[in-house]
Formats: sequence, C-alpha cells, structure tokens
Amino acid sequence: MARKLLLENIDVPGINSMEAYRAHGGYAALEKAMRMKPAEIVEEVKKSGLRGRGGAGFPTGMKWSFIANPPGVPHYLICNADESEPGTFKDRFLMQRKPHLLIEGMIISSFALGANTSYIYIRGEMLYVLHILEKAIQEAYDAGYLGKNILGSGFDLDLYVHPGAGAYICGEETGLIESLEGKRGNPRIKPPFPAVKGLWDCPTVVNNVETIAAVVPVISMGGDEYAKIGIGKSTGTKLISACGHINKPGVYEIELGLPVEEFIYSDQYCGGIRGGRKLKAVVAGGSSVPILPSDLILKTPKGEPRLMSYESLSDGGFQSGTMLGSGGFIAMDETTSIVKNLWNFTRFYHHESCGQCSPCREGTGWMEKVLHKILTGHGTIKDIDLLWDIQGKIEGKTICPLGDAAAWPVASAIRHFRAEFEEYVKNPSKIKDVKHYYRLHDMPVI
Amino acid sequence: MPKVTIDGHSIEVPEGTTILQAARMIGGEIVPPAMCYYSSLKGSGGYCRTCIVRVAQGSAKDPRPMPKPVASCRTPVMDGMVVENITSPEVLEARKGVVEFLLINHPLDCPVCDQAGECDLQNLSFAHGTEKTRYEFPRRTFEKKDIGNYIKLHMTRCILCYRCVKVADQITDERVHGVMNRGDVAEISTYIEKAVENDFSGNMIDVCPVGALTDRTYRFKSRVWFLNPMDAHRDCKKCSGKAVLWMHGEEIYRVTARKDQNAEVKEFICNECRYDKKDVKQWVVEGPRHIDRTSVISANHYEDLNSLKHAIGEQQKKLQEKITQKTSGI
Ligand SMILES: Cc1cc2nc3c(=O)[nH]c(=O)nc-3n(C[C@H](O)[C@H](O)[C@H](O)COP(=O)(O)O)c2cc1C
Ligand code: SF4
Ligand code: FES
Repeated sequence: MARKLLLENIDVPGINSMEAYRAHGGYAALEKAMRMKPAEIVEEVKKSGLRGRGGAGFPTGMKWSFIANPPGVPHYLICNADESEPGTFKDRFLMQRKPHLLIEGMIISSFALGANTSYIYIRGEMLYVLHILEKAIQEAYDAGYLGKNILGSGFDLDLYVHPGAGAYICGEETGLIESLEGKRGNPRIKPPFPAVKGLWDCPTVVNNVETIAAVVPVISMGGDEYAKIGIGKSTGTKLISACGHINKPGVYEIELGLPVEEFIYSDQYCGGIRGGRKLKAVVAGGSSVPILPSDLILKTPKGEPRLMSYESLSDGGFQSGTMLGSGGFIAMDETTSIVKNLWNFTRFYHHESCGQCSPCREGTGWMEKVLHKILTGHGTIKDIDLLWDIQGKIEGKTICPLGDAAAWPVASAIRHFRAEFEEYVKNPSKIKDVKHYYRLHDMPVI
Repeated sequence: MPKVTIDGHSIEVPEGTTILQAARMIGGEIVPPAMCYYSSLKGSGGYCRTCIVRVAQGSAKDPRPMPKPVASCRTPVMDGMVVENITSPEVLEARKGVVEFLLINHPLDCPVCDQAGECDLQNLSFAHGTEKTRYEFPRRTFEKKDIGNYIKLHMTRCILCYRCVKVADQITDERVHGVMNRGDVAEISTYIEKAVENDFSGNMIDVCPVGALTDRTYRFKSRVWFLNPMDAHRDCKKCSGKAVLWMHGEEIYRVTARKDQNAEVKEFICNECRYDKKDVKQWVVEGPRHIDRTSVISANHYEDLNSLKHAIGEQQKKLQEKITQKTSGI
C-alpha cells in the first residue's frame, strides 16, 4: 500500500473540523515548526526536494530562498487555489476535505518566509470551498494558531481567503497578484519576478495548494525522510486527479515513480479502461501538456516503462514525451475523437486568453475556428498545416505561458494523430453527429 | 556602462537601457518595429510582440542564449549581450506571424480610415506582412462609439496596445477608461459610456498607432497627405504649446502634437491647443514640419526629394525581386 501523506485520514468523518484534525495528529508539525528558526524550515524544504505542484515543478526550497529582503518591506505568501486547468481537481478535493492541512501549511510557510499577511486566492466558482476554508480559519484563530503571537512565538499572521471572478488566467501567478490587488488579471511582464516585486510590489511567494500542504509532512518527518519517497529528483507523493474513460475516476495520492501502466490498470488506482476497451491516448498533466498515444504513455521510446515522475514523463522531449504538469490525468479510450477533444481544449484557451498579447489573443481563436472547420467536415489538408503553423507562431512568443499551453495540445495532437485529422478531411461523410455542431457560416460573430 | 551588440553593431549604453532603446541609438534598419511601446509612457510595451528579438548571448558573465525570443522594448541590456534582430531568420519569421495575428481581425478599411498615411500598422504590414491573408472567417466587429465630444472610438481597428489607457492613467488627472472583457473580445471602453472629458484627453488620439481613436473634429475632412504640416507654437499655460498645424491653404484642419522619428510624442499638448485654436493668427508658425519617411506618406513634403525617389526605387526593386522569386518558384 502506497504511503499517504496528504490524503491520510481523508475519510475520517469530520476531519474538516479542528477537533478531528487535531485528534489525528493535526497541527503537530506547526508546533514543531514554531520551535525552529525560519531558515531551518527553508533548509528542510530544500532537503526534501519538494517541487511545485502547480504545474511547472520548480523546486520549492529554491523558490523560497530567492525571496528578496529589502529592509522595512513586508513579505507575502499567496496560496494559488485558482485550480482551473481542465482535468485538474485535486486542490479542490484537498481543501474541501482537509482544509486544516492547507491552513497548517500556510502558517508554517508564512513563518518560514517572514510573511505576516498571507492569502489563499481561490477560484470564484468554488465558493462553497471558500466557506469551508473560512470556517476552518476561524477555528484556527480561536485555537491561537492564527493572529497575534502564535503559540507564544512572537510571530503574527493574518490569513485571508480571496475569491477570483472566474478566470483561468488568474491562476498564472502574476495575473493572480494583479487580481488580488483589485485590478484586471493581466499577467505581468517578467522580470521582475514576484520574489522581488510581487503583491503591492513587495517580495512575494506564490505556491500551489498541494505544495503548501506538502510542507506539513516535510516538517513532521524531516526533509531527508521525505526525499526518500519517490524517485530521483521527483521526491514525495503527488495528488493525481484521474478522469476520462477509466473505471474509477477520482483523486489519488501516488508515490512519484509509480509506473503509468500500474496507475491506469491496477484496482488500487484507476481500475482500467471502462468496458474493457482499449486505451487510445492520455493527457497526463492537465489539458496544457502534450497528449500522448497509448504506446508512448506506457513506454518511453527506449522501451522502458513510463513512470509517473517529472523526469520520466518528459523523457523524449516533446517529440515523444509530455509533462507531469498539475497532475490532471485524462485517459481516452478508442472511441474518442482526438479532433473533437482538441477543439474543446482550444475553445477553452480561446475563452480564457486575457487578450494582452497579440499571438495568444488572436491565435487561440483562429485555431479554434480552423479546428471547428475540420471537425464539421469542411477542412482541407492545408488547414492541418495551417494549424501547425499557427501554434508554432504562438508558442514561446507570448507574455505568459497560457500561449504555450494553448499551442502544445495542438502541436502534440497533430504530431501523434495526424492521420485522424486527415480522415476528417478526406471522409467528411463519415463524421458522426455533424448536425450537433453549428455550421461554419452560422458561427457566432462577436 | 554595459555594452550590447545588435546585429553586429556595438554600443555602450546607460544601465537600464532596453534593447529597443539601444537599437534606436544605433539607428537604421536594425531598429525593431514597436506598436505598443511608447517611450514617454511608463510601463508601456510588451503587449504586441512585434519588437521581439533573439538574445544569442545573455551577457558576458552568463553567455547562454535566452530560450525564447524576448520583447526588446521590455528587456534591459546586460554587459556583453548579443542580440539578433534582422540577422535572425527565426525572428523575422516570428515577426511575420505577429503581423499576421494583428491583421486577421483588422478591418483593413484603410481607404476610409483617417489614420491611413500615418498608420503604424500600415507601415508594419508593408514591411513585414504578406500580400494575402490565410484567415477566412468572419472578422470581429464592434460598434463605433463617441467618447466625449472630441474622440471617436472605432474598436474594430484597435490592436490593444494599451497606449491610450496609459495616457489616461498618467497624463490626464482622472482615468475613466480602460479595457473591458478579455481575450479577443477585450475592448477599450469608458466605464458605462462615460465621456472622456479632460484637458489632455486628445493625446490618446496621437498615441493610437492605428485608426481606433480619431479626432472627431477632423474625421473625413481630408486625407493627411493632402495637408501641409507646419510647426507652430503658442504661449500656453497648460502645456508646452508646441504643436503641428495641418493646413490646407490658410485653414487649419487639425492640430496635433509633434512626433519624432519613432512616431512618438515627447511633449503632449492640451485640448485647448488641439481644439480651440484653429485660427493661424493664434499661432507663431515656425515653418514646414520635418516629416519622416515612415511616419506620413506625404508626397508633398519631403525635404529631400532625391532620397525619396531613391527609397521608392529600392522598394520597387525589392518588390520586383519578390515577385520574380515567387514566379520562378512555381
Ligand atoms: C494560465 C496559467 C494558469 C495557471 N493556473 C494555476 C492554478 O490554477 N493553480 C496553480 O497552483 N498554479 C497555476 N499556474 C502556475 C502558477 O503560475 C505558478 O507557477 C504556481 O502557482 C507556482 O506554485 P508552485 O511552485 O507551488 O507550483 C498557472 C499558470 C498559468 C500560465
Ligand atoms: S499569453 Fe495570453 S493569457 Fe498570457 S498574457 Fe498573453 S494574451 Fe494574456
Ligand atoms: S513594442 Fe515591444 S511588445 Fe509591443
């Protein structure tokens, strides 16, 4: 049985309350941390090898040590709970069921970073989770874990939850900061990075919910022990939200390094593909990462089993690999239309682009329209090449990575499934449910 | 002082200079085009991506190349940095892409647009665009709006450079306009159609690189190239009073601020100078305005007709070469 660090006791009734959480060992890590020096906590996090769980996988300890220290300027810690990536729903699950784990992690991390005011920026659609968090925060204030002079340490901390207004782009850390400041959530041009100039132009760390929650086990077991879990530079456990055509969709905690095949087919996790069908493709880390056909997701090109780890999933680069991303695992069986799925993803990026920079603003909508044309049987071979060209002209040329996130799914779908696009072009009469879609000439004009 | 090399030309520049500014100091062909950056507006630039360049060497200390192309208008130079603009086919290809993105939803209504002849987008597409579009879907349109008595907003033409928002933010004393909505339906708007009534609002028109914000008092009166631009000044309590009068005979058709060789206004003017002083007697006329080849297509006002003839000849030669290449390729 794999070790559970985050989802431990998740099924205990009432674990969302202070009483039950504490009865099961909650806030012990905080008490331990308050007896440590902030620098020692940062050191433990460095030793643990913990990497950001929000998508990019940047080493957390290193990120923390970058925080600038101009005299007389406050530090801020922001928890990124905007979770809006299609296929990713692990943060919501964790906050809803074990809100105190996040709060405990926030207090320890704020202490380590010298932040006296911290924020949880939560996706606006998850308002019910906001209420759960606010109740838990109140309990933490009542218990003396928040507020002035926490546990007699002299450390003060105020923690706020702030809801977004329903924009994926406010999950991008600088878009989030702008939004938190009350402005339009346009990502900032970097540098300066938040560690130097973040919220209100002060040094700021933005971390994902799961990253901050993982600080709790890192402190309770010690960085070295935590680093023993996992494989190579992928240390610890990771929450994977699995969905699509699997028998048991849900949120799983895995030890990094678990073979993908075992994750999909074992009864402990996804339990195989529904109806015994064949696996066609997997999007392994949320809609932004490249899609891989079943042979490449189960084995690397060298024939080694593909593992659920940062390194193994990206083995082969974008030619034959993908990314662990945010852990949104979408499995597609043989009945899935890759073109239709891609159109749906592209529609999302088109809708969510903030519109600041021209390649993303104009390119995402264009790709959606070309894909719709192909999908409805009006496409040509030239359209497939055009799509390839457009994605290439977006990737790497934008202010924030949303442009890349919109380009990669298109590139990978064409790279690995070009024949399917050509099938749509060559045999439009075979396309099922064409009527379901609006036709080209009645596409909405804004 | 850091030393930077752009397309093989080296220059020493003050700390904090951006690649674009350094390129402008060198001058000539190697200057990247800029559609959103505006040197007199703080925090401008970074949006349009036309000025992207490749950093082949980050600095003398860390010679690694930067992994992605960067916006030259927002990237400060480092000592020993090596930059490629027109010497990088990659950059030129990427820029072609950006121009295409800027044009797919642009109405291309130059024949009826007041900005034609002094439009940065026209110049940009002439230099970096393609003859044909690959976009075959309906273009995005918006209703035209009046913002106040003086400014017409034609959002359909807008490229979202954010320059006017920065003018409103930094030059007028109360910002009531900004960007609403997001993505490709984002639009410049005044909150609840509130008019922009401010002594310096007219500058939004001057900074607009396209015909999205035009002068209501001048709309459809004349093509710019039929007018005589004259430098003139007056004693003004609110601004420098230095302006350009766009004349037809003795009549002033419009008044604008003065633009430099980068098509940028350095001294903004007030609305009184711009709108209320349309009589030549109210001005001290200095003489014909020096018009840069790239800022106005004005057949009558090139001081040096020979160099113009040369420039046109070169353009035609290039075009001819392009056509021959194309046809021989078939
Ligand atoms: C368009 C976009 C959306 C993002 N959305 C989220 C999100 O919802 N949650 C999140 O934790 N990180 C998101 N990120 C990543 C953040 O920018 C940032 O890297 C992350 O919060 C850092 O935390 P970590 O180091 O703990 O992973 C997003 C990035 C982009 C470009
Ligand atoms: S890449 Fe897209 S979302 Fe990101 S800043 Fe540019 S327009 Fe906005
Ligand atoms: S001028 Fe640099 S991005 Fe627009």
